[in-house]
Amino acid sequence: MSDSIKALTMPKWGLSMKEGKVASWLLQEGASVSPGNEILEVETEKIASAVEAADGGILRKIVAQEGETLPVGALLAVIADASVGAGAIDAFVEEFQKNFVPPAEGEEDAGPKTQVIEVKGRAIRYLKQGDGGTPLVLIHGFGGDLNNWLFNQESLAGKRTVIAFDLPGHGQSSKQVGNASLGEFAQVLHDVMDALSVPKAHLAGHSMGGGIALEFALAHPGRVASLTLIAPAGLGAEINGGYIDGFIESTGRRDIKPHLEQLFADAELVSRQMINDILGYKRLDGVDAALRAIRDKVFPGGKQAVVLRDRIGTLAMPIQVIWGEDDAIVPSKHAQGLPPKVKVNVLKGFGHMPQMEAAAEVNKLIEAQLG
Amino acid sequence: MARKINYQQAINEALNQEMTRDPTVVIMGEDVAGGMGTDGEQEAWGGVLGVTKGLYKKFGDRVMDTPITESAFIGAAVGAATAGLRPVAELMFIDFMGVCLDQIFNQAAKFRYMFGGKAETPVVIRTMYGAGFRAAAQHSQCLYPVFTHIPGLKVVMPATPYDAKGLLIQAIRDNDPVIFCEHKVLYTLEGDVPEEPYAIPFGEASVVREGKDVTIVTLGRMVHMATQAADNLAKAGIKCEVIDLRTTSPMDTDTILESVENTGRLVVVDEAHPRCNIATDVSALVAEQAFDSLKAPIKMVTAPHVPVPFSDTLEDLYIPNAAKIEAAVKAVMGKKG
Repeated sequence: MSDSIKALTMPKWGLSMKEGKVASWLLQEGASVSPGNEILEVETEKIASAVEAADGGILRKIVAQEGETLPVGALLAVIADASVGAGAIDAFVEEFQKNFVPPAEGEEDAGPKTQVIEVKGRAIRYLKQGDGGTPLVLIHGFGGDLNNWLFNQESLAGKRTVIAFDLPGHGQSSKQVGNASLGEFAQVLHDVMDALSVPKAHLAGHSMGGGIALEFALAHPGRVASLTLIAPAGLGAEINGGYIDGFIESTGRRDIKPHLEQLFADAELVSRQMINDILGYKRLDGVDAALRAIRDKVFPGGKQAVVLRDRIGTLAMPIQVIWGEDDAIVPSKHAQGLPPKVKVNVLKGFGHMPQMEAAAEVNKLIEAQLG
Repeated sequence: MARKINYQQAINEALNQEMTRDPTVVIMGEDVAGGMGTDGEQEAWGGVLGVTKGLYKKFGDRVMDTPITESAFIGAAVGAATAGLRPVAELMFIDFMGVCLDQIFNQAAKFRYMFGGKAETPVVIRTMYGAGFRAAAQHSQCLYPVFTHIPGLKVVMPATPYDAKGLLIQAIRDNDPVIFCEHKVLYTLEGDVPEEPYAIPFGEASVVREGKDVTIVTLGRMVHMATQAADNLAKAGIKCEVIDLRTTSPMDTDTILESVENTGRLVVVDEAHPRCNIATDVSALVAEQAFDSLKAPIKMVTAPHVPVPFSDTLEDLYIPNAAKIEAAVKAVMGKKG
């Protein structure tokens, strides 16, 4: 096989993804692509998103047709330079298809696996991908878990270790949240970094996770190489208290759906499977109490208790803020009026979850800051 | 952390965790310990198929073997529930309910209603149902429609290990009598189950396949037959929405009606005999409340109106299967209006 011919394959978004459906091609054969370009839309039972090019070149051949459902790793298209002959492309496709073995039903996944470490009496679930460099640590928000980074972690792990973990009270970590403050969670981040032997890291935090990252950076500036704050808490008092309450109080599919739809600019992204996963989490013993404790401490009375924007200028490390302009949870106007050293990126047409809705864009911005 | 365990282990884990959490939870039934209070082998059984195995060693006399007198120990469980315990009684086969029906439908089911809403009867009756076990006419019935008929009882029909654990925990925490029906053929079925305790609310159906052409409403073991049929039909371009009711009382009528309003076609699959069963109940609901949405007559796939046969060949013929469901779906698709 020629190294100048690259396969574009069905991605694996999240630990449970087995197959995806080709929804639509965003580029035609013959289009030139750069790494990070969105090439096609893929739908899974959880979510739909765009597949990005990892390599540059010409989109020489589209192999998978719209409407086809294919296993993870299956060939979608071929990218190569214009100089590569058509015969070589066909031979590449033929050889790929001949050698491709789709993962068998029920077979244990060979992909990255989450692990659990004990940190000061709490079990913390984390997922580590990539190797080397200054690690990047990803911190999810209120009610989220490490799967909130499913479109980001693998892509960012090309050049460095990337660690995502479930905060206490979230995902599959212990449900004890202590005093449930941003400071408590910043201490957990500190302890997780110690336990995983990470002296210094780039931090990317989403929503409440952004507030935690900021709190941590203020407490331990020497351990933070850079900060990426995505729709973060901590930069203003306003927050959509109705969303927080709705998320906590909803017990069934019909109640919770309208609340989850507020997270995205495109409400269609809230799939039945996403709702089931969130309800399954909310029904674990201890979760309800944990979420209520966090609400009462971090967002009492529908306001953010901790506003750190006046202190952000004291930090020396590179800092960027990424916000969906139409964020219905934490208003994107909090991105205005920050000290000039903070790089501000407001993405038009996106909501509170730009790392999922505009994954390619967000990955590029994080990559750029990390260098 | 979620990991794979089977339906039987999921039930055992729910019992174990709730007994650990709440000292008022007790278990009683025939051979649920097996060897309780004897000098011989302790815990020789753990229930006739071993579902409660290990609990006697951990919880001692909170796991009580009873005499073979269903009327006595179901009555005792109901009485203990009114007096502050949360008993989980195991009534080996649902077929044996006949001898203790007064305790269930005249006593347990009526207390809250007859005593001004003040009386609570938090009893769970776990019981095995269903054909396919070569256990013949008196150990294979699907009598859950009988309990669904009675106001004051909640009726639970888990189809997966995940649901078995979450619904049993909810049943134990619930303050009303619950009939918890376990299909014996599903005991070895494996699935992802979180280690932590969790409760699934009653009256919330699970949509296990999404589709726009035909709604298949089903429950218990038939969920697996229906998804198999749906997956086969998907290859032929027919997209079925498969709804697992999970509980027949309360029943999630909203999910059924919403789905039929989208698809316009309904197939109901029920392992129970065809008269006055869950299939007729769901069909009546849709005929009454969503008739204008229907593009074709409703089809029911059920067992025939005969006892479960002992002959292997006849029993296999008796149980609804994917092929019968596929034929019913094709029939309703052929009547496009």
